[in-house]
Amino acid sequence: MKSLGQRLHLDMPLLVGLLLLATISLVVLYSAGGQDVQLLVRQLLRFGLAFGLMLALAQVPPHYFQQIAPWLFGAGLLLLIAVFLFGAHAKGAQRWLQIGGMRFQPSEIMKLAVPLMVAWYLGDRPLPPNLLRATVTLILIVVPAAFIAKQPDMGTALLVASAGLFVLLLSGLRWRVIGGAALLLGVAAPLLWRMMHDYQRQRVLTFLDPEQDPLGAGYHILQSTIAIGSGGVFGKGWLNGTQSYLDFIPERTTDFIFAVYGEEFGLIGALLLLALFLFVIVRGLIIAYDAQTNFNRLLAGGLILSFFMYILVNIGMVTGLVPVVGVPLPLISYGGTSLVTLMASFGILMSIHTHRKREPS
Amino acid sequence: MDPRITFKDQLRNPVRETRLLRHRMIAALAFTVLLVFIVVGRLVYLQVFNHAHYSTLSQNNQISIVALPPARGLIYDRNGVLLAQNTPSFGLEVIPEQIQDLNATLTALKEVIAISDADIKRFQRLRGQKRYSKGVPLRLRLSEEEVARFAVNRPRFPGVDITAGAARYYPHGALAAHAVGYVARISGEELAELDPIRYSGVNHIGKTGVEKAYEDALHGTVGFEQVETNAQGRLLRVLERNPPVAGKNLHLSIDIQLQSIAAVALGDHRGAVVAIDPANGAVLALVSQPAYDPNLFVNGIDSKDYDALRNSPDQPLYNRALRGQYPPGSTIKPFIGLGGLELGVINKTQDTFCPGWFSLKGHSHRYRDWNPKGHGSVDLDRAIVESCDVYFYTLATILGIDRLHDFLRQFGFGQKTGIDIGGELAGLVPSANWKRRAHRQPWYPGETVITGIGQGYNLATPLQLAVATGALATSGTRIAPRVVAEIKNPVTQQLYPQAAPVTYTIPVKDKRHWDNVITAMTRVVNSERGTARAIGLNAPYTIAGKTGTAQVFGVKQGAKYIQSEVDPRLRDHALFIAFAPALHPRIALAVLVENGGHGGSVAAPIARKVMDQYLLSQPPAQPVDLSNVVPELDE
Repeated sequence: MKSLGQRLHLDMPLLVGLLLLATISLVVLYSAGGQDVQLLVRQLLRFGLAFGLMLALAQVPPHYFQQIAPWLFGAGLLLLIAVFLFGAHAKGAQRWLQIGGMRFQPSEIMKLAVPLMVAWYLGDRPLPPNLLRATVTLILIVVPAAFIAKQPDMGTALLVASAGLFVLLLSGLRWRVIGGAALLLGVAAPLLWRMMHDYQRQRVLTFLDPEQDPLGAGYHILQSTIAIGSGGVFGKGWLNGTQSYLDFIPERTTDFIFAVYGEEFGLIGALLLLALFLFVIVRGLIIAYDAQTNFNRLLAGGLILSFFMYILVNIGMVTGLVPVVGVPLPLISYGGTSLVTLMASFGILMSIHTHRKREPS
Repeated sequence: MDPRITFKDQLRNPVRETRLLRHRMIAALAFTVLLVFIVVGRLVYLQVFNHAHYSTLSQNNQISIVALPPARGLIYDRNGVLLAQNTPSFGLEVIPEQIQDLNATLTALKEVIAISDADIKRFQRLRGQKRYSKGVPLRLRLSEEEVARFAVNRPRFPGVDITAGAARYYPHGALAAHAVGYVARISGEELAELDPIRYSGVNHIGKTGVEKAYEDALHGTVGFEQVETNAQGRLLRVLERNPPVAGKNLHLSIDIQLQSIAAVALGDHRGAVVAIDPANGAVLALVSQPAYDPNLFVNGIDSKDYDALRNSPDQPLYNRALRGQYPPGSTIKPFIGLGGLELGVINKTQDTFCPGWFSLKGHSHRYRDWNPKGHGSVDLDRAIVESCDVYFYTLATILGIDRLHDFLRQFGFGQKTGIDIGGELAGLVPSANWKRRAHRQPWYPGETVITGIGQGYNLATPLQLAVATGALATSGTRIAPRVVAEIKNPVTQQLYPQAAPVTYTIPVKDKRHWDNVITAMTRVVNSERGTARAIGLNAPYTIAGKTGTAQVFGVKQGAKYIQSEVDPRLRDHALFIAFAPALHPRIALAVLVENGGHGGSVAAPIARKVMDQYLLSQPPAQPVDLSNVVPELDE
């Protein structure tokens, strides 16, 4: 007799973790959004949509993902080129494609398409990949990432690239190759610096010393660290975050929501949230571990690690560990685009886990 | 699929590959946990170890201290008429830090509210001052219409706001300007010396007159408000309030009506009238004409108005009453006469023959009397009544400059009177020592001669003359004059104690000497030959006075020429000192009319009008002052 969860191809631990995170999201959003119920309702609808998509994708056997991977990647790349050529401008960046009445951000597709493509490319070939395949993989990663970086959207480019790189790393690339590449990157960094836009350089500089300009670019980091630090161990309590209520935290429902959370719920709340994230990640890694094909393993591992990357970059940014890059906190921040992509990847994870064939004992 | 599958690839070992991938999963888990621990470490660092630091920053973020400027003390005249008050005033303030494009904002603002180039110039200047680091005043004295118009447009102008405050207003304008003075914006130099806490939120300070001298009393105590603000600096709520304490009210001894009578009597003349109560040194009127409108200065006078005031040949900014140093002329004679009596060099019946001129022994130079025909044989009484110059040339010569100097100084000549408002000058009573010091020259006997008629180096301010006259009237009590009579708590009406006026008692050798001089002075006004007889007619009280006509030019040449037709600005100054009633003096005064001509015909009538007003008008009714409704506390 199959349980309902099994029949719906749901992975219960993952589902519970995600639902708990969604709950936390709504609680924090109520406070961060200035107790705006409308905002909460909108986000709830998005959650519904995203969970629906997850459920739908969970029903699709993973080999279908394997089949569409190159097509999705190709289409995504074409769209990125289209954005590059005729994209709409918003806030000084060219990220959107207007199709009919819909605005559409192709870089978001790439968050899934790149790990899918890399897993597709490496999964059918002997592992660990030789240098040639590793190089081909890098090209598969760098080309879309470069287009996205050109928009310019450093944050997404970074996430897309890291999603692909995670797959490559998981595929068993030799440690000494990894070490060599890291060394090469260190040498290339000054070159990268020269290629950066002024505002991007400014962000890095600001990150290095936020207090040099407390009202200018360093303001965001400074105010969010003040919020988190002043939260202390127990926090100021729900709806009592002065930093957020008095408007000191910028983008407090989106990129900086962790500052609101840290201020109101303190270290204990932050640890709880991190534990929950870790639980989901561990569950994801278990799914990858238990997966039955190399494609499935690489895909599951790559997706869950890029989920972790989101968390790391966002919290790192809000706590002043890494430069400010516009990355929302997965599942917690207000907004739909990244939520849909994320839940799609969890759908894929569930599909991978629930479509396993019984292993011959 | 991949055309380049090598031989090695053919030997794929799925078990090994699975193990490899699974190892990588475990490595990934380790990597994840490690990074999570770094994040946790960062959180512990922020939320545990630096919690206090960030808590403070967070508190400072939201809570700011706002200074609440106190209401400046009001200034009343002796009858409770307001001389300086506070009126509500709205200004436009700009916080440059909150504005991205200041020029664009200013341009857009100009379409809503009139902003002149002068406003922008001042704005740019004030921006540099640290005290305006938050909000810099752009426009002052907005009309109600302008306030309303801006309120509608306010959302377009973040960082620009209306400020409500109080502006000093002087309802009598120029009339009391030289006594009351004015407040104006705190200058950079003043700022350096002020206690920044005591003056936080306060933009004005007394610059001259009572406003300056009593700054401490008028200022009050700044209050503070702890307010919660958001990141835009908008006030959300008040956490704690420490209300400001209004400044103390001042009640002057000056009677604005008397002041007005004096000013009208002076008319278009340049000059000064100082009237005091000889009994206590209270200043009753302190007029310097022409004057200026103090209201012009309160919020920054524009350069056109200021240039007009500064460059006017009539010098309206010049306080003639306190700072005008004039030769006292014949008004000095009663004092010198008294000196002769008290020092025992003359007696009242001793005659001196006046042929119309005086010469020092062994010199041919003739010092002329104002009456070229001479006065004949004159005693002290006639010498004062008719203002005989030769008598006083002689007396001064007998006394010598040093005895003259010492005696005149007892009446306050040559030294500051000690009036309670600043700026007065000391005048000058020459002495041999002084001349050696100041001019590195010996004293010449001829200089003593002209000192006897209040010419030469001798200089006195109208205030000094009034004070000396008061000392004469009271037979020897010289009191430092005071403009402020009472300092009152604006709420309880309680009086604050004031130090007793500084009093100097002139040693009196023989009271009769004083009476002789006073009698002579009453005859100046009340006898047929008196130089001020015109004003004695139908005076219902007895006036004691002395006329003076001071030469403006030709002093150094030794008063040799009497110029009859000269430039109006080189004509003689007309002076008159007086007190009344002669036996029980209630008012002592000095009148100076620059280039007015004769003291008897020009200055004396002004004095008469002032005395009439003070002595004859109904004693003014109790001041109509709402604050007086509060029942008396002391019983």
